[in-house]
Amino acid sequence: MHMQRTGVRFGERLFVGLCLLGVSLPLGLLLVLLGALVKAGMARLEGNFLLAYPSRHANLAGILPALVGSLWLISLTALLTLPVGVGAAIYLEEYQRRGRLARWVEINIANLAGVPSVVYGLLGLAVFVRQLGLGRSVLAGAATLALLVLPLVILSAREALRTVPQSLREACHALGATRWQAIGRVVLPMALPGILTGSILALSRAIGETAPLIVVGALTIVTFLPDGIHSPYTALPMQIFAWVSRPQQEFLANAAAGIVVLLTCMLLVNGIAIWLRQRLQVRAG
Amino acid sequence: MRVDDAAPWFERMVELFLCGCALIAVGTTGGIALVLALETLAFFREVSPSQLLMDSQWTPLFAEKHFGLWPLLAGTCLTSAIALLVALPLGLLAAIYLSEFASPLVRRLLKPALELLAGIPAIVYGYFALVFVTPALQRVIPELAGFNSLGAGIVLGIMLIPMISSLSEDALFAVPNGLREGAYALGAGRLPTIFRVVLPSAMSGIAASVILAASRAVGETMIVSIAAGQQPRLTLDPRVPVETMTAYIVQVSLGDTPAGTLEYRSVFVVGAALFLITFALNALSCRFKRRFGGLA
Repeated sequence: MHMQRTGVRFGERLFVGLCLLGVSLPLGLLLVLLGALVKAGMARLEGNFLLAYPSRHANLAGILPALVGSLWLISLTALLTLPVGVGAAIYLEEYQRRGRLARWVEINIANLAGVPSVVYGLLGLAVFVRQLGLGRSVLAGAATLALLVLPLVILSAREALRTVPQSLREACHALGATRWQAIGRVVLPMALPGILTGSILALSRAIGETAPLIVVGALTIVTFLPDGIHSPYTALPMQIFAWVSRPQQEFLANAAAGIVVLLTCMLLVNGIAIWLRQRLQVRAG
Repeated sequence: MRVDDAAPWFERMVELFLCGCALIAVGTTGGIALVLALETLAFFREVSPSQLLMDSQWTPLFAEKHFGLWPLLAGTCLTSAIALLVALPLGLLAAIYLSEFASPLVRRLLKPALELLAGIPAIVYGYFALVFVTPALQRVIPELAGFNSLGAGIVLGIMLIPMISSLSEDALFAVPNGLREGAYALGAGRLPTIFRVVLPSAMSGIAASVILAASRAVGETMIVSIAAGQQPRLTLDPRVPVETMTAYIVQVSLGDTPAGTLEYRSVFVVGAALFLITFALNALSCRFKRRFGGLA
């Protein structure tokens, strides 16, 4: 009897250890891989990697066009997706909360969130690049990314709108405000911190997206900076992909350095989102 | 002139504009379906649909063109299966740990840490698979090719772990404590309670998470394009280069294929197949999830 109980205890401990492995193995592996990555890219990060143009010589190549291209891409994506996403969220939350249309749109959004990103690239290729004649421009890339992150923006904006107490809307209407006045002057300002945080997090996803950009024709080697929305462009993940695809070993170090820059950018953007939320929340309170 | 924002016509305009925004989301779904359908139909005017399923070779870029989808399907299935073999056990164990054993503090720390795995861009995982994981595997399996589905699949699996663990954990956590207490009252130990009471009750939620992860694995593009190779091959051997459906789309997009050619359209055909498979998996996952929602 006693023996059996210790056996059960032992089995239990073993299982807990096994479960802990499910958490620690992937996390540990990630740490090891990130460490190896930084080590591989460190040598290239010194010098003017950030300010140089791509080159046939791995140790002279830099990522300036990719960095500037990514900045263009994300700014345009934000300009395109934020008004539409927030507008759609307001419509679904404030005008159509339980309507038929809202349910129909909801099903569509849920479905869109599951569509592989490369398929969005095909949509962008057929519609923006060919049909609308935008070609391989930074605008076509941004429009494609905007559609890709739109479901995420709508989702987070709706959640933020839902946190505004119903009583505030009722108070507005009691004071004679119309629906839009209540939304524009009370509901939206209150929900803004949440909307901004969610949208920035959604956009930070777009910074790392590669597959749709390949399909809509972002270039891999660019030796100039984009000079407008119709300019050809490259982006950070595209440049990394170009270097990873090279057979020469030296370019892998460039890819590692590029990845370090990419991850740093994403970390920075996420940090900004969290900082913004805390700061704006204090102001509102 | 100041716009009178209380005027009825202004209210109406605002509502119409907002409605338009919401309809863009619907338009996107419609646009994807339309684009894929139109190009696929144009493709079928030149190549019979039966070739897609009967031919065993995929060589649209060669002089002698074959359009058998099976090699690409096999590549996708192989990498996805390997990914799930990695992600399912680890993700499920992590979910059990977080829901049943971890203290609230540990849970609060580890959950976002695991989510971090899902936030890293796929291109970074692709680099890991090609530069670190494949060479490490080659030390154990010397005949492993530089591009292979094993390394790509394992890394893809690591990326999917948080998806399985977080959704499964939600399902496990939603199992009412009364069920656990009932099992303890009947004299069951902790392990029998987990395996015979908690896991079965959460089964539909767990199934939903696994199917969703499968859908994500099928649609993942960069890891397999970088590390699994670009050679369409009808094989289940994880050591040799293959090509997935997504990798084919990338391969053709990198070349400069003029619109209207058969190669150009073949990309949309593959995209349509991809869309249908992921759509079916997502719908299935949704059904399981709804069942789990009804139980909780």
